Amino acid sequence: MKKTKNPFVSFFSSMQLTLFTFISLAVSSIIGTIILQNKEPAFYVNQYGPNLAKIFEILNIGDMYNSWWFLSLLVLLSLNLIVCTIDRLPNVWRMVVLDNLQTTPERLERQSRRQAFLVDNDHAGAVAAAKAVLDSFGKGVQQADQEKGTLLFIQKGAWTRLGVYVVHASILIIFAGAIIGSIYGHKGGVTLPEGSTTSSIYQFGSNQLIDLGFGIRCDKFTLSFYDNGAPKEYRSDLTVIKGGKEVLRKSIVVNDPLDYGGYTFYQASYEPRNEMVVTIANETSATEKTFLVVPRREVSWANEGVSFGIVNIQGSNRTGYGYKIWFTDKHGEPSTFWLTEGMAGKVQRAATTYAVSLKRRYATGLQVAKDPGVWYVYVGCLAMLLGLLVAFFLSHRRVWIYLAKEGDSTRILLSGTANKNRIGFDKEFVALVEKIRLNDSLTPSKEAS
Amino acid sequence: MNSSQLLGYTTFAYLFSTIVYIAVLVFRAKKISVLGTILALVGLVLQTAGIGMRWMESYQMGIGHAPLSNMYESLVVFAWAIVVFYLFLELKFKNRMLGGFAMPFAFFSMAYASFASEINQQISPLVPALQSNWLIAHVVTCFIGYAAFAVACGMGIMYLLKAWHEERFSAGSGEGIFDSLPPLKDIDDIIYKTIVFGFLWLSTGIITGAVWANSAWGTYWSWDPKETWSLITWFVYAVALHARFVRGWAGKRIAWIAIIGFFSVIFTYYGVNFLLSGLHSYGRA
Ligand code: HEM
Repeated sequence: MKKTKNPFVSFFSSMQLTLFTFISLAVSSIIGTIILQNKEPAFYVNQYGPNLAKIFEILNIGDMYNSWWFLSLLVLLSLNLIVCTIDRLPNVWRMVVLDNLQTTPERLERQSRRQAFLVDNDHAGAVAAAKAVLDSFGKGVQQADQEKGTLLFIQKGAWTRLGVYVVHASILIIFAGAIIGSIYGHKGGVTLPEGSTTSSIYQFGSNQLIDLGFGIRCDKFTLSFYDNGAPKEYRSDLTVIKGGKEVLRKSIVVNDPLDYGGYTFYQASYEPRNEMVVTIANETSATEKTFLVVPRREVSWANEGVSFGIVNIQGSNRTGYGYKIWFTDKHGEPSTFWLTEGMAGKVQRAATTYAVSLKRRYATGLQVAKDPGVWYVYVGCLAMLLGLLVAFFLSHRRVWIYLAKEGDSTRILLSGTANKNRIGFDKEFVALVEKIRLNDSLTPSKEAS
Repeated sequence: MNSSQLLGYTTFAYLFSTIVYIAVLVFRAKKISVLGTILALVGLVLQTAGIGMRWMESYQMGIGHAPLSNMYESLVVFAWAIVVFYLFLELKFKNRMLGGFAMPFAFFSMAYASFASEINQQISPLVPALQSNWLIAHVVTCFIGYAAFAVACGMGIMYLLKAWHEERFSAGSGEGIFDSLPPLKDIDDIIYKTIVFGFLWLSTGIITGAVWANSAWGTYWSWDPKETWSLITWFVYAVALHARFVRGWAGKRIAWIAIIGFFSVIFTYYGVNFLLSGLHSYGRA
């Protein structure tokens, strides 16, 4: 037993400090949910006046959760955890590996949970019977033959004393994961029009270009709606290109990203472009070509002598759009007709028939993340849940049986302890006592014990 | 019979159950307390059927999804979890006096879901962000936790009332309402165990939320107000768990933390949607 503690240790291992840190974190976190985060400095001046804005700037309220003082609170919590663990774990470990046969009958006699009775069996017979009952209680019955009697011991869940420390360690693992992520990870985004490829993304915040080391192409973006007009699905068909080869294709939706090369591509947003993808097929020669068409601009397909354009657009997002096409192949009068997306229109010309279809060109908005710390965070989370289960629902239970000769009889003393859920253990203990008392191979003594 | 009728009957079953339980306390009519339990059970059966039916109805509409996708549905699940948790507690501690402090939460949740004008009861299709298997895991775990915290709050109120009464009039002197409540030590134990249970589920809820966020947009934690408030709530209950090891932080203080914690739950769940978004739109104006 240490009497005097280093003041550093006693400060950082104190539970008062823990309560202080928890309360400070809770109260200060509220600030960030009330004051909008990550706005321009001018916003705070406008909203709160120059004086408050000045204070905000000093305390970095605009980016509160990354401010020096908020991070200091997290460091304080970590220090508190580490010192407290170093301070207490050795004692807990001693309890886990304790040799429980090193006890005396007098000490067992003093425990609050105990029962004693006499049996007429001889010592060896009583020990064998008691041992058989303990074997049915659990594995690893220990025995010590002492001068005046025999001590039997069994325990369950000694390791569960470590559960709380698993919870505490899990916090540190999660913090480690967050730090690794913030040092080695990237968060960025890119807007990728259908048909185009990029090999770099823009970092959030700094807007710097990050080179991916491979290319990613958006082949197609599709948007669908429910009958009531609510959005149903945003889908991007993506292809990864490395060294000139297509190495992976995946169609991503909001909750189902694409993973490649440590980066993950998430469907985040979309943008309709003022361009149409128009496909024209000559039905006689079966030749086909796809064009990117900006409305009100003439496009030609030289090989076929075809010219066409979109001369009018009508409609809305909800109802869909109609597109008026102007089309000529230099033979006779030009044709004009209306098309909607997905529908193929036929143009009957003197020499042949052309099939025309069109689709608006979209750009998909991808969020891109590389976070090598996330697995640490997940491991930490799992450890926390397992640790919580152990800490809350499992306990360390110990039972001793001391058998000693008393006259012609044998006296059986049972005692037990549990570090948690004492009411549950009481029942277990009483059941065990009954199992021994009513054991067929034991004969209760007539005299009361 | 459709789901909204069933859930309507549920609201009344919980109302009557609440009335019986409170009458038991006020008139010391222990004999009728079993009626409170029966009504709660009847409500629970109706509600379970109602939730199942709403689930099926969404499939019949061609937009099938678990009924966990909006405020209305979550309030219903909240009430359901409170009743399940409360009945479990009643069975475990064999005490029907607790009902008067737990069932009102279930009734208010149902009544608010059914009658408040800002709550939309329609079954609506899932927007892309909610189309994830994590939706069920996240919502269910959070609401089991919230239900436990609601009951802990009720027990906290019970503790403070009884403690206040015992300070004023010496304990055990009469046959008043407060004397039929469990001893303070036992209420304290119930509060602690309930908080432990809720803490485990809230932790799971926060974690499933983080995993979901990471699979939807690549960031497991972004300090948005909802996340932050769930963390604040988590800290409040972490205080309760640790305070037990510091001298002087037992009994009344834990009861107060159970009440404050539940305010934080309400704010996380409700206030963030209605009040903070209000603040934000004010900020943008
Ligand atoms: C976010 C951080 C923390 C979490 C999630 C956490 C969680 C827990 C949990 C769940 C328990 C079990 C409580 C019970 O069985 O009733 C516990 C116990 C404990 N915690 Fe923490 N804790 C945290 C931080 C700390 C810190 C910073 C300290 C430093 C003093 C600390 C010291 C203790 C101690 C001494 C116990 C009691 C262990 C025992 O049963 O002997 N905790 N903690």
